[in-house]
Amino acid sequence: MHRYFKAKITGNVLFNKDYRLLSVSPLSEFAVPSAGQFYMIQVGNTLDPLLKRPFSIFRYKNNTLKFLYRIRGKGTNSLSALRQGDTIQLVGPLGNGYQPPEGNFIAVAGGIGIASIFPLLERFKKKAYLFYGARDKNELLMLSEAGKLSRDIFISTDDGSEGRKGFITESLKDFLDTQLCAPTIVSPPGAPRSDLKIYACGPAAMLKEVSKIVTSRNIKCYASLEEHMACGIGTCLGCVTRVKGQSKTSRLPDGVRERKEQATEDWIYKRVCKEGPVFDIEDIVWE
Amino acid sequence: MGIKKEGFKKRKTSRGKTDKHEPRKPNMSVDIAGLRLKNPVMTASGTFGYGEEYSEFFDLNRLGAIVVKGLSIVPKKGNKTPRIVETSAGMLNAIGLQNIGVKAFIDEKLPFLRQFNTPVVVNFFGDTVKEYVCAAEDLSREAESAGGIHALEMNISCPNKQSGWIVFGTDPKIMKQVVSSVRKATRLPLIVKLSPNVTDISLMARVAEDAGADAVSLINTITGMAIDVKSRKPVLSNVIGGLSGPAVKPIALRMVWEVCKAVKIPVIGMGGIMNSRDALEFMMAGASAVAVGTANFVNPAATVDIIDGMERFMLQEGISDIIDIKGSLRV
Repeated sequence: MHRYFKAKITGNVLFNKDYRLLSVSPLSEFAVPSAGQFYMIQVGNTLDPLLKRPFSIFRYKNNTLKFLYRIRGKGTNSLSALRQGDTIQLVGPLGNGYQPPEGNFIAVAGGIGIASIFPLLERFKKKAYLFYGARDKNELLMLSEAGKLSRDIFISTDDGSEGRKGFITESLKDFLDTQLCAPTIVSPPGAPRSDLKIYACGPAAMLKEVSKIVTSRNIKCYASLEEHMACGIGTCLGCVTRVKGQSKTSRLPDGVRERKEQATEDWIYKRVCKEGPVFDIEDIVWE
Repeated sequence: MGIKKEGFKKRKTSRGKTDKHEPRKPNMSVDIAGLRLKNPVMTASGTFGYGEEYSEFFDLNRLGAIVVKGLSIVPKKGNKTPRIVETSAGMLNAIGLQNIGVKAFIDEKLPFLRQFNTPVVVNFFGDTVKEYVCAAEDLSREAESAGGIHALEMNISCPNKQSGWIVFGTDPKIMKQVVSSVRKATRLPLIVKLSPNVTDISLMARVAEDAGADAVSLINTITGMAIDVKSRKPVLSNVIGGLSGPAVKPIALRMVWEVCKAVKIPVIGMGGIMNSRDALEFMMAGASAVAVGTANFVNPAATVDIIDGMERFMLQEGISDIIDIKGSLRV
């Protein structure tokens, strides 16, 4: 049962504004997480809030698991009230993390999405061109460390309080269209435009924009999705997302067949917790 | 069926003989609709998938029975997201009965479940009476030819799309029709899962009994809704959803108690069971077995924790047979 364990809180500290850093030390044997995986974390000691909440692994070091979170609703509020020394239950690591990059890569983080992207930067030091956007400079967490771990960093804020004013996807687009034209990384027509794979985590609007950008430029991109989930292990079917694919048509008995229009849609639902949270962005069918 | 008032008595039956070999292990086995369960703890449909995910967390052989996610003849994609939202001490879900269909279940999921020495109860539903019957027939045929399916549980909390979208389980006439039609289509033990969204659940339980059900299970979720005040929109894409979790337990317990008094067939109690005490309450109210649902989401090993807790309670109280807990409420 090493994916369901108790852990002692070793820190739950204010990080910045509404953001906190939770550190826990597992009390039993546990599996080592990889970048992009997540944990379901107990956020209180009563039946309300009831469900565990999903959080991406932010750091794993010296038998300590760290999670960066933003206080947003009842669950995260309750979590923020837990103290050092408290024992909580965790389920994880869950889901499929990021495919490890080969060589240099591009990372795109929007807001708290940095929590999911950060382990990639830390594991593949100085390999990432990091595009990091937030609403304002207070929401740019871990900025100096992220900068040090990256090959190059591009920053934007919605209000211009740090870096370029605007969305980070604009910076990404400019980079792809200008910087990337160096002859060494231009590929033959028809082939992927570059070997630089993109890893993205952030709000749905950002990911949708990234999707447009990479599709028109034929770039491989992995996106980590967020969805409400009750169980995190694939059984509640709460966290589904549309991906390309054909649903199987099964033989229907007489009297049932005639009234059923055959499913003609070319998408199926997949579970963010189980088949994700990281998907190949070209497979995602945006609603 | 009367409510036992004598409290916990040592039971002297043939089952007592087996107890002699292991005097310290209480007998937790129960009989439901012709099925012998090693303990009274089942999983609630829709919270346990087809078992695979939970097998990574504990040995499925420990369970009294596995009740799988509801199946229909025609696979269903389900509703748009958001499909779930947490509410005070509970959660609303509107998954929309997403499922892989009877055929894919038989081909792809049943072989896995056959590895375990735990009865498999297949929950199913249909949009029409015909679809219910087709599903029951296909599942029964598989059970007879290859085994692995030990009972059927009918979900009747979905609308009849041929008859004004009235929910099968809320109208006695429609319910009688669908249950008796399925009864004719299967020889497997038939459990009817009752909807709590009715005025008199005892009446519905009697209708199920008269129509040939071997057992009833209750409660299914209670319809509810949640609103996002900023956007003034319902949180769930489906607007309304089914409430489950500890918030519904007192209602479920009351309904189980009422139904146990109203019918002779066994009752499977569920609704917000989070721990062994909750499970014991349902048994004391008269349930022959219990099902654990939302708790599986909170704690993947909830069912085994509950089984262990019930056994501990029996040891502490000196109860050698779980039958002495069933219906032992002192009113």
